[in-house]
This record gives sequence, C-alpha cells and structure tokens, in this order.
Amino acid sequence: MTEVTLNRVGALPQIFPNPDDYLFVTGLAGPARDAAHLTNDGVNMFTMAGCMGAATTMGLGVALSAPDRQVVVIAGDGELMMNMGSLATVATESPQNLTIVCIDNGGHGETGGQPGHTSRRTNLAKIADGAGIENILTVGSEDGLKDAAAFVKSGTGPRFLWLRVLVGEPTSFKRNMNPLECRMRFRMAYLGA
Amino acid sequence: MSEAAHRHDDWSRALFTQLKDAGVRLFSFIPDAGNARISEMAYDDNETRCVLLTTEEEGIALAAGADLVGEKSVVMMQSSGVGNCPNFLSFVKGGNFPILLLVSMRGDFGEQNPWQYPMGQAVEPILDAMGVLTFRVDKKEDLEEVASAAINSAFKGGNAAALILSQQFLGAKAF
Repeated sequence: MTEVTLNRVGALPQIFPNPDDYLFVTGLAGPARDAAHLTNDGVNMFTMAGCMGAATTMGLGVALSAPDRQVVVIAGDGELMMNMGSLATVATESPQNLTIVCIDNGGHGETGGQPGHTSRRTNLAKIADGAGIENILTVGSEDGLKDAAAFVKSGTGPRFLWLRVLVGEPTSFKRNMNPLECRMRFRMAYLGA
Repeated sequence: MSEAAHRHDDWSRALFTQLKDAGVRLFSFIPDAGNARISEMAYDDNETRCVLLTTEEEGIALAAGADLVGEKSVVMMQSSGVGNCPNFLSFVKGGNFPILLLVSMRGDFGEQNPWQYPMGQAVEPILDAMGVLTFRVDKKEDLEEVASAAINSAFKGGNAAALILSQQFLGAKAF
C-alpha cells in the first residue's frame, strides 16, 4: 500500500462541499468530531459517543427507510473492525443511496493512540470488496481528495471510501452528546413534525 | 418450507399481519426456527423488507436508523442473540428509541440442550437491566393480546419492548 500523507483535519469539507445535501450517521470519537465540524453539529447528522460498531448499520437503517436521500456513514477504523459483518449486511441490501467513509488513522486515537489492525496487515478495501461492496475508493493523500469528492457523487451506492490519514488530532469541535436531543432534532428536521 | 417451520405457520401469519397492521415495514433477523416463517413472509410481501443481519446488535442499530426517519421496524432473534445486544441498547435508552424485539426462546421450558440455558435464563434480567420492557407469551391464545401490548408500548408508548415467545409457546425440540 502507498504511503499515507493525508491530514484528516480539513479533509471532509473537501469531499462534502455541500453537507446539507446528505443525512449523516457517525460512529464515536475522532470521526464524530471531524463530521460534527463538517455540519456544525447539524440537524441532518446523528453522531454517537459510545456503542462502538453501530454506525454502519444505523446508517443502513436510515438509507433503507429514506430512499429519496443520500445517506453517509462516517466511522473510524476501530468502529468498522468491531462490526465488519455490517459490510456484508450493507452489500446484501445494496442501497443505492448509502456511502460509507472510513477515516482510518491506523489506531485508537481516543484512548491513547494504541495501534490498530489496519496499521499492521488488515486492508479495509479488501474487506469491503470481500463483503460484496462493489464501489470502493482508497485515498491517502491530499491530491486524492478531488477523486474522493467525485466518488461520493458518482454512480450508485453502496460506496466505500477508505480515507487513510496520518496519526494526529481530529478536528477540534464540541458537539451535543445528548442522544435524546440529537434524535429528536434529527426526526423533527427530517419529518417536519 | 421446512417441517419445523410449518408448525409455526398459523401463528406466524397472524403475528406478521398484526405487525404490518401496526405499521411495521422493516423486519431484520438472525434466523431461528421461531422467526423462520415470519422472515419468509417479510421477504415475500411487497410492502415489507426483510434484512438478514450478521449479529443481533446490528438489528438494534438498524431499527434506530429507521426510527430517525420515521419508519417502524422489528428485530427478530433467538434468545441467545439477546446477549449480543446490551451495549447498543445504550442509545436506545439514552435516545428513547421505540425499538421492538421479537425473541424466540431457548434455554427455557423443556430445553434439552445444556448450552442454551445460561443465556436463555438471562434474557429477561438483561433486557430489564437495559430498560427494555418484556412481554412474554406462554400460550397460543394469549399471542394477539400480548403482541398488541408489546407493539403499543413501543410505537404508541415510546418504549423499547420485547415480545418474548417462550418455549412453552413454541415447543421445545428433542436432542
């Protein structure tokens, strides 16, 4: 695999210049902070701060039930590794409106930077491919962000974007971590009630 | 259709219809003899979708995602699968997600497989601990009323609820 040179801070806004066009579900920790910064903790995003491993299938639930909207899951490598089976569930259902973005820093940044499986031998693009997801892009450099921005709008889903980033702090952003408030504001914004 | 599934045909049709009438459109499951016919019905019906999971906790997340955009769903699992769910029930409790589970019991009335007892006997304490209301069916004639209570507690009362089909209701298999 090629050398990773991409800094995570500032990457998502280049991939999603119009974040209001999407519904987002995120996993916990750094990717949630990067994503919450992207939407300014918007009503079109449900971020988690626990329940590691839930993001992909929660995003699938949104995508299957809101087929008229583009849905994006933003999750870390640890989150994805904890529930790799969810990639098979996504592939079997193959919702055309679902994109999964894995921000992979190769370890557990939230708990002290312990190295993860993807910093060793594990290749998430091959895992997504093996699960049956057909549209996959790997990006590990600033130059690749234009391709990433085109990829998330291209063809049909499900799409898997493997964003390999340098070890480093996620975007500094404080978000609402009350799950009831976040659920209600998401529902009210989507359902208009 | 397998012989084992066939004996569950009548009540499965009634419960599937009851769930559908309550507005459930998304069914998810890890296969079990107790949900075999309902999952087939959910695949076959033009108005419902059935999602095969890889682990039961995925169903909790799927149901929560559906709720975020106003869709009702049911997550179907064997009792052993309840043991895979507690951590994800955190956002259910914290976010008041109205989640409905359908749990078909093992390790219960008449069980002959010793591997099934520990988790079977822990189903209701675990669900209680995570704030999921439990509605247990032991007799065929009680199904409609108990299912109605579970469905209403979730989708009208705004709770997480589990409809538990006991082995007395389902019948234990011989080993």
